[in-house]
Amino acid sequence: MISAPDVVAFTREEELEDDLYREPPLPEEYSVPLFPFAGHGANPWAKVAGSKFTRDFILISEFSEQVGPQPLLTIPDDAKVSGTFDLNYFSLRIMSVDYQASFVGHPPGSAYPKLNFVEDSKVVLGDSKEGAFAYVHHLTLYDLEARGFVRPFCMAYISADEHKIMQQFQELSTEFSKASECLKTGNRKAFASELEKKLKDLDYTRTVLHNETEAQKKANDKGYYTTQAIEKANELASVEKSIIEHQDLLRQIRSYPYRKLKESEFHPYEPECALDRADTGCDQDSAPSDPAETSETHLYTHIPSYTPKLIKAKSAKCFDKKLKTLEELCDVYFFTQTLDQLHHIERTFRGDVCYLLTEQISRALLKQQSVTNFLFEDVSFLDEKPPEKQYRGCQGLSQDTMDGRCLEESVTPKVVISLGSYKSSVECVPIKMEQEMEDSEEPRMSESVTSEPQENLDYLDADIKGSISSGESIEVLGTEKSGSGLTKSESQASLPVMASPQAGRSKVGSRRTVSEDSIEVLSTCPSESLIPEDFKASYPSAINEEPYADNDDERGLRFAPRLSPGVADERDDVSKQESLVQVDAACCIGKESPNFLEPLPELGQKPCEEDGVVRIPPQPYRAAEQGLRGGFPAHDGVPGGLLPYELDSRYLSGSREVSKSSLDECSDSTSYISSAASTCSDRTPSPAHAACQAGERHRKRAGQNALRFIRQYPFAHPAIYSLLSGRTLVVLGEDEAMVKKLVTALSIFVPNCSVYAKPVKHWVTSPLHLVDFQKWKLIGLQRTVSPAGVNVLHALSRYSRYLSILDADSKTLRCPLYKGTVVARLADHRTQIKRGSTYYMHVQSILTQLCSKAFLFTFCHHLHLPISEREPEESVVNRRMNFLKLQLGLANEDVKIVQYLAELLKLHYIQEPGQGGSPLLRFDYVPSFLYKI
Amino acid sequence: KSSVQTVGEEQIQNPYTELLVLKGHQDIVRFLVQIDDCRFASAGDDGIVFLWNAQTGEKLFELHGHTHKITAIAPFSSSDAFEEKNHLIITASADRTVIVWDCTSGRQVQKVSCFHSTVKCLTVLQRLDVWLSGGSDLCVWNRKLDLLCKTSHLTDAGISALVELPKNCVAAAVGKELIIFRLSDSNNESEGWNVFEVKRLVDHQDNILSLVSVNDLTFVTGSHVGELIVWDALDWTKQASECNFWDSSVHPDVQPEIKLSQSPNETSVQHLTSDEECVFAAVGKGIYVYNLQMKRVIACQRTAHDSSVLHIEKLPNRQLISCSEDGSVRIWELREKQQLPAEPVPTGFFNMWGFGRANKQANQAAKKMQENTPVYFLELVGDLIGHSSAVQMFLYFGELGLATCSADHLIILWKDGERESSLRSLTVFQKLALNGDLQLKL
Repeated sequence: MISAPDVVAFTREEELEDDLYREPPLPEEYSVPLFPFAGHGANPWAKVAGSKFTRDFILISEFSEQVGPQPLLTIPDDAKVSGTFDLNYFSLRIMSVDYQASFVGHPPGSAYPKLNFVEDSKVVLGDSKEGAFAYVHHLTLYDLEARGFVRPFCMAYISADEHKIMQQFQELSTEFSKASECLKTGNRKAFASELEKKLKDLDYTRTVLHNETEAQKKANDKGYYTTQAIEKANELASVEKSIIEHQDLLRQIRSYPYRKLKESEFHPYEPECALDRADTGCDQDSAPSDPAETSETHLYTHIPSYTPKLIKAKSAKCFDKKLKTLEELCDVYFFTQTLDQLHHIERTFRGDVCYLLTEQISRALLKQQSVTNFLFEDVSFLDEKPPEKQYRGCQGLSQDTMDGRCLEESVTPKVVISLGSYKSSVECVPIKMEQEMEDSEEPRMSESVTSEPQENLDYLDADIKGSISSGESIEVLGTEKSGSGLTKSESQASLPVMASPQAGRSKVGSRRTVSEDSIEVLSTCPSESLIPEDFKASYPSAINEEPYADNDDERGLRFAPRLSPGVADERDDVSKQESLVQVDAACCIGKESPNFLEPLPELGQKPCEEDGVVRIPPQPYRAAEQGLRGGFPAHDGVPGGLLPYELDSRYLSGSREVSKSSLDECSDSTSYISSAASTCSDRTPSPAHAACQAGERHRKRAGQNALRFIRQYPFAHPAIYSLLSGRTLVVLGEDEAMVKKLVTALSIFVPNCSVYAKPVKHWVTSPLHLVDFQKWKLIGLQRTVSPAGVNVLHALSRYSRYLSILDADSKTLRCPLYKGTVVARLADHRTQIKRGSTYYMHVQSILTQLCSKAFLFTFCHHLHLPISEREPEESVVNRRMNFLKLQLGLANEDVKIVQYLAELLKLHYIQEPGQGGSPLLRFDYVPSFLYKI
Repeated sequence: KSSVQTVGEEQIQNPYTELLVLKGHQDIVRFLVQIDDCRFASAGDDGIVFLWNAQTGEKLFELHGHTHKITAIAPFSSSDAFEEKNHLIITASADRTVIVWDCTSGRQVQKVSCFHSTVKCLTVLQRLDVWLSGGSDLCVWNRKLDLLCKTSHLTDAGISALVELPKNCVAAAVGKELIIFRLSDSNNESEGWNVFEVKRLVDHQDNILSLVSVNDLTFVTGSHVGELIVWDALDWTKQASECNFWDSSVHPDVQPEIKLSQSPNETSVQHLTSDEECVFAAVGKGIYVYNLQMKRVIACQRTAHDSSVLHIEKLPNRQLISCSEDGSVRIWELREKQQLPAEPVPTGFFNMWGFGRANKQANQAAKKMQENTPVYFLELVGDLIGHSSAVQMFLYFGELGLATCSADHLIILWKDGERESSLRSLTVFQKLALNGDLQLKL
């Protein structure tokens, strides 16, 4: 039924790697993984080569009960994106590993059909033949007309870069959960209203039938019932039963919120409160007059406009009817919200993984710099997203700096990993457990489980985070090789996965039996007849596992023993049986998210894949990671630990040549990254952030313009100095486009005065006033010959002491002298940097250095206040100047830059959050000079 | 061609390197009055009174009550030693009302609207705990706003200035005349007061514009045509007079056409201020220092500004600040001749836009003064450029800075940047300590 195309590939890969590691000579830290496909002349980063699609996309598929797995839509909705990639085939693949036990129907021992509020399952799938890797998010929607009332769907994020899926798993999972939650919320509503309609129909039918029976009774006075009458009575009875069933279903669907409240991670769906839904991020408008709310109220109350229909005793068979579309299933409003969310996801994860990671890391770091980050960072860009996740992700990368909060929030996943070997964590629980919980507990224990689920859920949750994989078809990653005796066929490799969850589960929910587990696996099978067989199939395996699980004193968290060679024999027979029911042998990669601990060793061990896909991201990524390790404690501990300064002093002590060369190196590598990023899967280096796309473009353009400015104007340094020291720079010119371009170029050097406004005004036509200089530090000003223009110029000359004036037409600059060194590094006209975005990063890094100096300067107590009461003011001033010049290594006018930044920091710190703070204008009485080209 | 002295862009002695613009008024701001150490009130043609914090620039209160422009403002602090110090301000408006405001609560305490004409000046006699309003007549009020007594109708033009003199007397400038009134207890009633005219002085040729009391023995008046008369405060006799400040005949090197072009406006004594030794007069565009002992002008700056000087103030440190219709504020220092001033630093960039002033003559004015002022001269040490229109008045707050108000509806607080910076540092560390951020967080 389902093939296993990756089997060969993976064994080959294994061999290859073994060869690689058999050569011992170099110590590990010096060994550079070879690039074995260099002969092909391939760009090592051209991951696209193998894949048939041009960029990452999101696919929504359904397992239709009529036609089987089918793709529904892709995001972006563009045929070019998926290219020649076979969506149908891939849908089949991803839908066939749905481990959601959508067990609905009449469970044994229950009179009525039960609805299960099934958690989504999240798995990572890979198809290296196709060059496609996917994060797959399965979810189930309710449909009254569907078999078992459920319709399985899945959303998949498909990328050519496996590493990306792995690294971003946590993020993807969070984002997709939001989308899924949104869909399901809409679906529950739609389902409830559908049920209500159905109930009305039934009620109506019952009335009609009842009347008919009564009429018959009256008409028929023979004393015995005709077959007709008996039929009618039966029909009536079945309608009555159906009513009860549907009422029960309605009650169940309505009871949903109360059952979900226990779980904090998922936002409870409360009909009363539309705001909660807004929190899930599904919808942007959280106004109380939400369309959702209104629909909600009327969905759950009476719908007077609905006229009930008579229901035929024999309903149409399922193949005759047309199934509802996704849109119908979950309410147009929620559907569009979901699409928005998915588009957001697509934008967010566009681009190379190293780009995403560095972005996340730097964002997390910047967030911590709350005292200084407002100066040069785009704060909206920082504020945009709840930082928590990324922060955690970042912390997770450096395993030695796991802080308490991190542990607290996700203790269990960590434990899973640290206790077991990596291998075990890969495999530990491939199958989604929550639904299982519900499956097993609901029918059996009915109401008595109230206290237990919480505990279990915690654990299960952990499992889900810790490992995501499918049973049969797990693609065993490099870690597998680190395990000693596991060089068996992949059917064996797949085996423990099948088994281990049961061990874990049997540990956790002792009341659960194996049969339920297997049901859940089988539920993905289209044919129901298979079920009994599968019961048999998995039953022994579970039995076999039991003892191991019992030996485990870590409450089933440690799975390593099960993988030991000794167990393999035990499992062989199981595996044979398993192979009979091997539902899907497709490659299905299970691995934990990047937030967990192992990625580094893995990187080292597994340099490449067989089809030219290089799995090691470009080096700077690792460098960043390592830097992070070093950097974090300092940042966490001492406010503004001395790290930046240490780095800096070294930097400064070096000769100018050295610094320049290091700069050039730096710039080269960065530009290299960006070019690399541009060649990878997306072909466009794109932001990790949807909304900063515009910002990104702006930055790029600004960087490019700034580069041009630096090369064109020999007096770029004093101009930039003016901006950095807080002296308003006016760009004067006739041509609006030219002036705006210059303003854009220079805007990257302007420190923000507050969080809210970038003090840049691109184009002004009226005379400037003093108030303008308070607000704006960079102004584009129109030069006209009209009388009004005279006023403009008059104002300029009047306020000349507050201004530097860059005349774009005559190419002159009037501003104070600059003799410092910082700007020379910032704006070297001989720079080798070619790309705007690279230059922007270069500027950003130097500005960050300046910021850290300003931070140090601002928050060193003795530099501003006397040590003792009697200390004269002059000695404080001396100390201050000494610090600036000797410690911070600032020359001449650079002192003023740092002083200005320090003033901004102070103001920012003092400022009360509520009030805007009065803008003040600081200035110097310094002579200006005229620069000409 | 202007002969105004300019100072270079480098102004070492100018401490004001930070400014705050206080916005609020919607019309010309004409008055600034100090309430206490760190508060001041501003008032102007929009009829609104604002109270400001001079340190932070924070707007404390916005006092609405007048429907027309405000014509006079005076602070009125209670002198009761046992009572909590209560700061009041009195404002008079063209709507013929006077309102007393409480500066602590920002409320209107009382409003008087029984005037027949606009009150143009207000004076508080702390000693007697009464205040006077001068319009077409002179009224005497006590703290509770009871009208104690009033004069008969004087003129339609009304009293333009009032100054307190010893022995319960006040001098009121009414047109060209200076009228001395005396307040006295009425014979029997305890709270009864009488005001009566003692003397009428008619020595001025034109309207008296400024009136200032130098000390208990002297007061000075200045008129529209540039007469400056020093009076004895006790017997109201003329001690000295100067009436040719502007007269270039004493300066032979000045071109005659300048004299011809002089209109009365350019010679009017706009404002007078004094310390113990000297009277400083803002005459036309110039500033003159008149020494009371020597009875002559010892130093002057004939064209201190581009247009009329509206207000001058003597600072404790031999400095003088003037503000003018040209929108600038200038800081002068009275120096002795022996220390030759450094040549002003040429800017060299003013001409760039075609509006520059030649600074060749920068020092000429001072040189010209030599024969007239052998001992002293006024040296420009700094200028403050911020307002785009006439600077009406300013208020010197010592180290807190300087507040200037202008016809461009703005008030600017000029501050010493160094001081502010260190104050902010202090605040930063106080806040750090408060938040507990100074402790090492592990």
